[in-house]
Amino acid sequence: MAEHALRRRRRLWIYLAMAGLAVFFLFPLVFMFVSSLKPDGQILSDVGGWRAFLPVGDISLRNYSGVFDRVPVGRFLLNSVFVTAVVVGAGLVVNSMAGFALSRLRWTGRGVVLSIIIATLIVPFETIAVPMVYWVSQLPTLVFQNGIVQYDFGWLDSYEVQIVPFIANGFSVFLFAQYFSTIPTAIDEAARIDGAGWFTIYRKIAVPLSGPAFATVAILTFLPAWNQYLWPSMVVQDENLRPVMVGMQYFFQDNTAWGEIMAYTSMITLPVLVVFLAFQRAFVSSVAASGVKG
Amino acid sequence: MKRKSLSMLAAAGLSAALVLSGCGRASESSSGGSGEITMWTHSAGNPGELAVYQQIIADFNASQSKYKIVQQNFPQGSYNEAITAAATARKLPCLLDMDGPVMPNWAWAGYLQPLGLPDDLLNSLLPTTVGRYKDTVYSAGYWDAALSIFARKSVLDKNSIRIPTVEKPWTLDEFDAAATKLKASGYQTPLDLGAADKGEWWSYAYSPMLQSAGGDLINRGTMKTADGALNGQDAVKFFTWFQQAFKNGWADNAGPVGNQRFIDDKVALSYTGVWNAKDALAAVGDDLLILPPVDFGKGPKIGGGSWQWGISVGCKNADGAREYLKFSFQDKYLAAFADSQVVIPSTTAAAKTSKYFSDTGALHQFAVLSQKFALARPATPGYPVISSTFEKAAKDIMSGADVKSTLDTAAKAIDTDITSQNGYGF
Repeated sequence: MAEHALRRRRRLWIYLAMAGLAVFFLFPLVFMFVSSLKPDGQILSDVGGWRAFLPVGDISLRNYSGVFDRVPVGRFLLNSVFVTAVVVGAGLVVNSMAGFALSRLRWTGRGVVLSIIIATLIVPFETIAVPMVYWVSQLPTLVFQNGIVQYDFGWLDSYEVQIVPFIANGFSVFLFAQYFSTIPTAIDEAARIDGAGWFTIYRKIAVPLSGPAFATVAILTFLPAWNQYLWPSMVVQDENLRPVMVGMQYFFQDNTAWGEIMAYTSMITLPVLVVFLAFQRAFVSSVAASGVKG
Repeated sequence: MKRKSLSMLAAAGLSAALVLSGCGRASESSSGGSGEITMWTHSAGNPGELAVYQQIIADFNASQSKYKIVQQNFPQGSYNEAITAAATARKLPCLLDMDGPVMPNWAWAGYLQPLGLPDDLLNSLLPTTVGRYKDTVYSAGYWDAALSIFARKSVLDKNSIRIPTVEKPWTLDEFDAAATKLKASGYQTPLDLGAADKGEWWSYAYSPMLQSAGGDLINRGTMKTADGALNGQDAVKFFTWFQQAFKNGWADNAGPVGNQRFIDDKVALSYTGVWNAKDALAAVGDDLLILPPVDFGKGPKIGGGSWQWGISVGCKNADGAREYLKFSFQDKYLAAFADSQVVIPSTTAAAKTSKYFSDTGALHQFAVLSQKFALARPATPGYPVISSTFEKAAKDIMSGADVKSTLDTAAKAIDTDITSQNGYGF
């Protein structure tokens, strides 16, 4: 009986600690949502006290209507959803196939190629951004003009320039290669005896057995794709093609519109929160299974 | 099955090749005689400013049929990256705006061509709104900004502090005495210097103080060295005062950025810009004083040079771009910018028609300060490095670093950059 009470008390403390941590991590989000309802002056005056986290004072949805006056937020959201979805989807296919080839196929130079791919991880994107701009500006492209197909050079100001450079990813290839290498090779050999080609083995054996790896890569690709800022700032000139993160800068004028920034960030954070909450269980289990830490 | 797929692929490839060989290059067929003039602004997210641009463009496009302005707007925070990328890809627009001190770098980098506007137009503008690099004009702007010290008359009167004028600004001793009195009167931090801000603000706000003390960011005579200007006796004296202002608790870097602490009466004096004047006026009313900057020894100084317009080197319709710029510098447009953005119009005639900056306007004092005390930042391509080096050094000193050695290091870093770029052509 005493042991049961002790266990209950211990569990209570654990829950209290977890609730405390949850509140601590929720503070920034609460601050963001609450501030999105307040005028700029009040946000700044409330900072530093508990009022910053409470919907008190002059509360309204004015900041939200201000966001729509200043930024084509729907268009930006649509662009980000499209770019992110294609980068994640195509990334899963391309990187898993590359990982499979490096892990399961036996070919000369495999180790060297894997080393080179891993080496790309230590190169910060900022150092290659400007040369990349030059490079993509020289790529051929087809354009439809005056009813006929014509060719031109330069991928600037397009969806493809926001998508293609980020599909292949060294870390994703490495992760897939590592994960595929844990699948026993005896399965491959049995499938080969039954007449299966490498693509069939990849599609029907490796992919179904690698759910956690796919989920992990999807998460790790999703966040940077959604948060892209520098690259689209450099290569996208048409407002109709801009993603949400570039839109954030619209609010930083000589006088920063803090209330509208909070409203805008609330709006662009919601899709990410919804995705995370919807797939929460799969995310946690995939991260645990693949051993990747954030 | 496999053979059929391959043959279909080959046929598709052949068709594509035939289509490609039979059609022209899109940019070749569209760039020829078109009178389209591309124009990039940093004004995305600023509805007031964009409305004036849209009016000018609509009026210009309607006034003639030879040229058509096509506007593209970028947010200010990512504008320079967009320009650098476009220059790398050789896709710069015809007309582009730029922050004044950046102009020499872009001219030196080969982005800009001489502006080529008539002298009578350029001569009618405030000197700090005309961008000159090596005696050639590359840019001109519709407005300038100015800094001042905001105060409440009631607070100064209550503490028996003399109200400074343009003719007789505060000396450093008077300013120190005022800060001491205000702190003793109950203001925990009497002065908001804006030290919570970052980036270009540091050079814009504090290098004029340095210049007022007799120092500078660089030796403007040669533009080849910062040694002696940034780390000389006057500079050390000024930065020692700057450090002391934070040590004494007269100023801090707590923020928030902007003028909210002054509006809330948490600070008595706020060193800030014309862009915050409208809100301050609304909050403080007739009690608001717009004071001249402090005289650190060589006369008060404020930074000059705001956003300006230039024409890119590769512009195929440069004559049209010039026509547009000439058209856009009408006083009615300058006044519209001034009143929507609360900035100082670049001509006296426009100022006279402005709601805020006319002789009887509530913010006329800023026009006076700009005319009397504005000093442009050094017109050298090395300015971006100078500015970021200055910011780092000033922040280190604010945090307690040794003044002389910090300034020596900064001067050396600037000189190293200048040497590595072969003097930037000077």
